[in-house]
Amino acid sequence: MAEKLVVIGNGMAPGRALEKLFDKAPGTYEVTIFNAEPRVNYDRIMLSPVLSGEKSFDEIIIHGDSWYIDHNVMLYKGFRIDEIDRESKTVTASDGTTAEYDKLIIATGSVPIVIPVPGHDLPGVLTYRDLDDVQAMLLAAQSRGKAVVIGGGLLGLEAAAGLSDRGMDVTVLHLMPTLMERQLDPTAGHLLRKEVEARGINVITEANTKAILGDKKVTGIELEDGTVIPADLIVMAVGIRSNSAIAKNAGLTVNRGIVVDETMRTSDPDIFALGECAEAHGQVFGLVAPLYEMASVVASQLSGDESARFDPMVTATKLKVTGINLFSAGDFAEADGRDEIVLRDAARGIYRRLILEDNRVVGTVMYGDTSDGAWFFDLLKRGEDISDLRETLIFGPGYAGGAALDPTAAVAALPDDAEICGCNGICKGAITGKIAELGLTSLDDVRAHTKASVSCGTCTGLVEQLLTLTLGDAYDPAAVQPMCPCTDLGHDDIRRLIVAHELKTIPDLMQALEWKSSCGCAKCRPALNYYVLATWPGEYVDDGQSRFINERVHANIQKDGTYSVVPRMWGGMTSAKELRAIADVVDKFEIPSVKCTGGQRIDMLGVRKEDLPAVWADLNAAGLVSGHAYGKALRTVKTCVGTDWCRFGTQDSTGLGIRIEKFMWGSWTPAKVKMAVSGCPRNCSEATCKDVGIVCVDSGFDIHFAGAAGLDIKGTEVLTHVATEDEALEVIVALVQLYREQGRYLERIYKWAKRVGFDSIHASVVEDTDKRRALFDRFVFSQKFSQTDPWAERTEGARTQEFRPMADLSYMEAAE
Amino acid sequence: MNALSDWVDIGAVDDVPVRGSRTVKAPGDDIAIFKSADGSLFAVRDRCPHRGGPLSQGIVHGTSVTCPLHNWVISLETGEVQGPDVGCVKTIPLAVRDGRILLSAAALSRKVA
Repeated sequence: MAEKLVVIGNGMAPGRALEKLFDKAPGTYEVTIFNAEPRVNYDRIMLSPVLSGEKSFDEIIIHGDSWYIDHNVMLYKGFRIDEIDRESKTVTASDGTTAEYDKLIIATGSVPIVIPVPGHDLPGVLTYRDLDDVQAMLLAAQSRGKAVVIGGGLLGLEAAAGLSDRGMDVTVLHLMPTLMERQLDPTAGHLLRKEVEARGINVITEANTKAILGDKKVTGIELEDGTVIPADLIVMAVGIRSNSAIAKNAGLTVNRGIVVDETMRTSDPDIFALGECAEAHGQVFGLVAPLYEMASVVASQLSGDESARFDPMVTATKLKVTGINLFSAGDFAEADGRDEIVLRDAARGIYRRLILEDNRVVGTVMYGDTSDGAWFFDLLKRGEDISDLRETLIFGPGYAGGAALDPTAAVAALPDDAEICGCNGICKGAITGKIAELGLTSLDDVRAHTKASVSCGTCTGLVEQLLTLTLGDAYDPAAVQPMCPCTDLGHDDIRRLIVAHELKTIPDLMQALEWKSSCGCAKCRPALNYYVLATWPGEYVDDGQSRFINERVHANIQKDGTYSVVPRMWGGMTSAKELRAIADVVDKFEIPSVKCTGGQRIDMLGVRKEDLPAVWADLNAAGLVSGHAYGKALRTVKTCVGTDWCRFGTQDSTGLGIRIEKFMWGSWTPAKVKMAVSGCPRNCSEATCKDVGIVCVDSGFDIHFAGAAGLDIKGTEVLTHVATEDEALEVIVALVQLYREQGRYLERIYKWAKRVGFDSIHASVVEDTDKRRALFDRFVFSQKFSQTDPWAERTEGARTQEFRPMADLSYMEAAE
Repeated sequence: MNALSDWVDIGAVDDVPVRGSRTVKAPGDDIAIFKSADGSLFAVRDRCPHRGGPLSQGIVHGTSVTCPLHNWVISLETGEVQGPDVGCVKTIPLAVRDGRILLSAAALSRKVA
């Protein structure tokens, strides 16, 4: 029968211990977890990116609910254990729930220190510890008021940067003369301060808080020197202390934390403690690497490997604020017998300092360019004699020892057991081994198989260099041009992943594909909207706010903020009734210009936005509908008069043009699509410079495509010749559907054809008739959801408020 | 409501679409009211410092808007143009009370603007 293992706390350390335990000894224990936080195990290190909006909570979950189910773990969410009874070997939660244990792990973590100044308990005073704190800060940040962060250490600065990103006016108060003095020397602290201030965050050092002001809620803070800073939110990030009360009450030995021996056992051999609540070798630990090491020892001990010992290692620190690079490790205090090597390039904001003792690196501080951090850190951990490297040591492994300057030299120089990913304790050999063994070729592959670079991500560059080093030219991350600065993925990858992961909304997509910005930019949003729309017709709800204004208001914005309106004229044909309606609209709304377009239609220019719905209503009444002159969509099918009138005409080119336009209007495409049908090879409708063109001949129809007559001038390619109108329509529809599925947003047909190759297009829409039919059917299906006149929809009341100002305050002028 | 009060009510918070905007006619240039994805509201003069484009018609992303005419990106928080371009559009102090949007009256009058 399985032994009962109870875990108090569900943070990263016990999570890692259980992961390792299930690996080493599956089924040995029946596990119950009590978590005071009402949620699953998440990556606490990544709370700062959640605060700043670079990540969402879902992205930082380590173990989702299914993990607990898969491993048969009973997880009590939101249950705080009040008592451990070592006699009866039970734990009891505040609601009375009890559980028996054979082995117990205490992983209660730490509690943030609250400075007991007057006012510390006012609403509006927060600490920075868990997701609840982040959510409270996000709520407070909505006011975009003033925030004061007490504490200029790692957490305090991350909180300050996050709140500032969220629009708050932030001041950081720090007791010491320089920021992060425990991890940085004064010079690096000064550089950091300059960078923080450049982001609009005020920094006050040597600031001693006297009182937090406010009656019912926080209104400000007063310093010992009398300075008063107004604030709506105060975040205390001055440090943590081990959360060990429950262990103390149970009679376990507690000092600064719960005292454990090298096997991570407390003074009761059936009770382990790990994480920030534990004190080992007289120290308590707060960084993730030693805590994961503790977890590993606990897992080994529980699985019967009694030789496992916790041996605290030197740790390195990085700040997770986008755009600020700093790295520090070891001891960098000045002392007798120590010398230092300093590299300073103030203009580029680069600072590097190595502290040496007996020709060994004992400490390093890097600011600006931290790419060689892992190499220095490795020298430090090994205590290697650097006498031979000393002259060029400071320049990093690219120079040290006279090696050639190569961007991958730094990682190449690392031994196999050098740590690459500090969060997850993954060393170089583990990564290169997996790359070779499993034939991994991408960063995502490495992340999936090794867990390297999945937590804080600061080692991503190193992992990429390892890929380069192992694969050589086979790894070429730069081959793909990212869609925009919000992602590293290119258009084609994104289209592929939308299908593969069934991404059906823009937020889902940004979530799944790790978008770097909270809601994209003006470049990616319209592209994503098109991709998801074109992939999931009928399922995806079009996101108007991700469309360019022209597509949002079905008209073309002009330089003065007015719009131009172009009704559809099927195949370029019109009538007295339509022309009369247009004339009436021009008079009624005092439209200043009326012009013929190059696509055989009439353009009314200078329409005021607020008049648009009424203009459309009048045009609709005469049977005119939106011409989509504003859209990445089918524009016009230009025609000549063909056999109707022309003495040279060979086919009914006008009729075919109208038929195509009526069949295809309303479909969205990667870029605009212009077509034409000419009734004879004289080609009066200029079909041979269009995206798709048809030239009628006696024996049928020559279908052309991939022409251009804009930025580039290019004659069309002949795709095929068909005998009937029906066949012509099928080929053209299949061609456009293929373009809709493969084209990159804003890529015209001629560019798409050049990229994918004319032969591949010919193969899909001409040679392979099954494929052609399938493409045709997919287009027809998607048209079921696209052929609604947007003008009629909007004049019938859909979102008409958009066209009106929400208030008119022009009267205020008179009052002045 | 008179012009002498400190704040002018211009409508309900819900009147402004998320990641979208509405305009307010005002002395001088119109004012654009924006709502970002997280529901934060911003008010700036509806006129791009580049060629006077109506910012209210742009795509809203994060706390920025991209001008519909030439893709200048303007911070809604500071009014400053982002990236390589330079310029600034005037922001109008905005407050929310009981689900209503209020603008600072002082910032609205043409004299001050």
